Amino acid sequence: MPSDVLKYRLRVQRAGFVALRVAALAIIVVLSLLIYFIVSKGIPILSWEFLTQPPKKMMTEGGIYPALIGTFLLGVGAMLFAMPIGVLTAVYLREFSTQGRLTRLIRVGVNTLAGMPSIVFGLFGFAFFCKVLGFGVSVLSGALTLGVMSLPIIISVSEEALESIPNSFREASLSLGATRWQTVVKVILPNAVSGIITGAILAMGRAVGETAPIMFTAATFYTRKLPNSPFSEVMALPFHIYGLVTEGLYPDKQLPIAYGSALVLLLLVLILSGTGVFMRYRFRMRRKW
Amino acid sequence: MAKISLGIIAIISLLFLIAIVAMLLDNAMPFFKNYSLSEFFLNGKWHPASEPPIFGILALLWGSFIVTFIAMFVALPVGIASALYLNGIAPVKLREVLKPIIEILGSVPSVIYGLFGLVILAPFAQRFLHLPVGQCAAVAGVVLGIMVIPTIVSVFEDSLSAVPKSLWEAGYSLGSTKWETLVKIVLPAAKSGLMVAVLLAFGRAIGETMTVLMVAGGAAQIKLSPFVPVRPMTATIAAEMGETPQGSMHFHSLFAVGTILLIITFVTNLIASRYAERRS
Repeated sequence: MPSDVLKYRLRVQRAGFVALRVAALAIIVVLSLLIYFIVSKGIPILSWEFLTQPPKKMMTEGGIYPALIGTFLLGVGAMLFAMPIGVLTAVYLREFSTQGRLTRLIRVGVNTLAGMPSIVFGLFGFAFFCKVLGFGVSVLSGALTLGVMSLPIIISVSEEALESIPNSFREASLSLGATRWQTVVKVILPNAVSGIITGAILAMGRAVGETAPIMFTAATFYTRKLPNSPFSEVMALPFHIYGLVTEGLYPDKQLPIAYGSALVLLLLVLILSGTGVFMRYRFRMRRKW
Repeated sequence: MAKISLGIIAIISLLFLIAIVAMLLDNAMPFFKNYSLSEFFLNGKWHPASEPPIFGILALLWGSFIVTFIAMFVALPVGIASALYLNGIAPVKLREVLKPIIEILGSVPSVIYGLFGLVILAPFAQRFLHLPVGQCAAVAGVVLGIMVIPTIVSVFEDSLSAVPKSLWEAGYSLGSTKWETLVKIVLPAAKSGLMVAVLLAFGRAIGETMTVLMVAGGAAQIKLSPFVPVRPMTATIAAEMGETPQGSMHFHSLFAVGTILLIITFVTNLIASRYAERRS
């Protein structure tokens, strides 16, 4: 009976749909549990003092102020270094040279950078910035290392932003006698600004959460001082969390501080990448010009 | 003029790539010159502090691979099914909310996954499975698997939505159910996108440092059980770099391990980009 066959096929469909729904639900449940765990453990620790006081008594008391400042400096420093290079690279790839061997080579290079493990950036940063260039273990070395790591994402989001600008804009500008460069500066970049900022936000969201690249290049477990020059060591939130749960003499007293730090880091990263992802979706939806 | 100056800036990324490879090789060379290659690749022991030290990468490779395979075992079915759900059956409104949320969750720092694994999952596994130590390959693999799921969902869903609508319509017009169309027509059409997702997730998992450093247990050993501590390559570098004197054999051996790791991820990405090209 054909209707039996159809019934069977529909049953298969129902079973299949249930399986897919369960999988999607599982992801949401597991990730919510993770967030719930960090939030519930971290909330009792969070206070104004926690954010504005330095750690005390071998990291068993006090706050995370130096780590917050360190993470901020590393993130901003990385962007200051990587944004100009990344954006101009995207401009070159999109507006000046879309074909050719060099362009292809640059793309392969950027893709390769994108897939590199973060610990490899750490090794590189240590060998190059700390030793060859002599910057030592410092904010500068860490920010540069994170900056190099951020280049691929800045380039790809900036390219996306440039791509979303209709060709008629370029044609209109060129037909008025503007040069390519004038077109880029006066027409393309101003219109791509929100996309480019999105790239910066996404890249920063990733950079501030990274631990491996700054372990040997910038971070130190414990200091009460704030960095007073680009060549100072700093504390950083992710490394602070790692240190609190793996080093030190008083694990019981350090764990709550780790939870608090983890919550702060989580909020920071989620706000940054949440904003970034949201903005990216906005400009992906074909804008009406 | 503008083109040339921009071109020079665009080359900077390329120069950094070359510098990374050069720095790794330069620092790994003293090790490769002074240590037997066959020992490095074939010895199953990593005892950098013993006298004489033994640097066998096999135990570390084993650690990386077992953890990564467990991660893929966890992440692939769930990730692929979720991408199919988002693309095939989720209402459009829900998909537009869920996909960004999953992508945002993909940005949760690895040290936070590590913390979760260390204080929740490892003690739980220890009690539940009566293990001597909770930090082991299986727990690290599961945490890592959870971590790479967003990558798989995001990349694979992208390629599913790139499948032309006409294929859906063709399926329906032949009398296929939605499920049949999704699994037998759309999924095969997005096959190369699936490969890209799998490879990227693999590359991310094998290169991940903090989670395995905190949760894998740290013992460099080759045992067939997933419930014993292991020491993946990334964790070895992270844990030992700070403790070894600069310029020592041990110091250079870590760069050698980094070089091997770089080669593995490079090859993975190369294959992934081949598949990505085929898709477009």
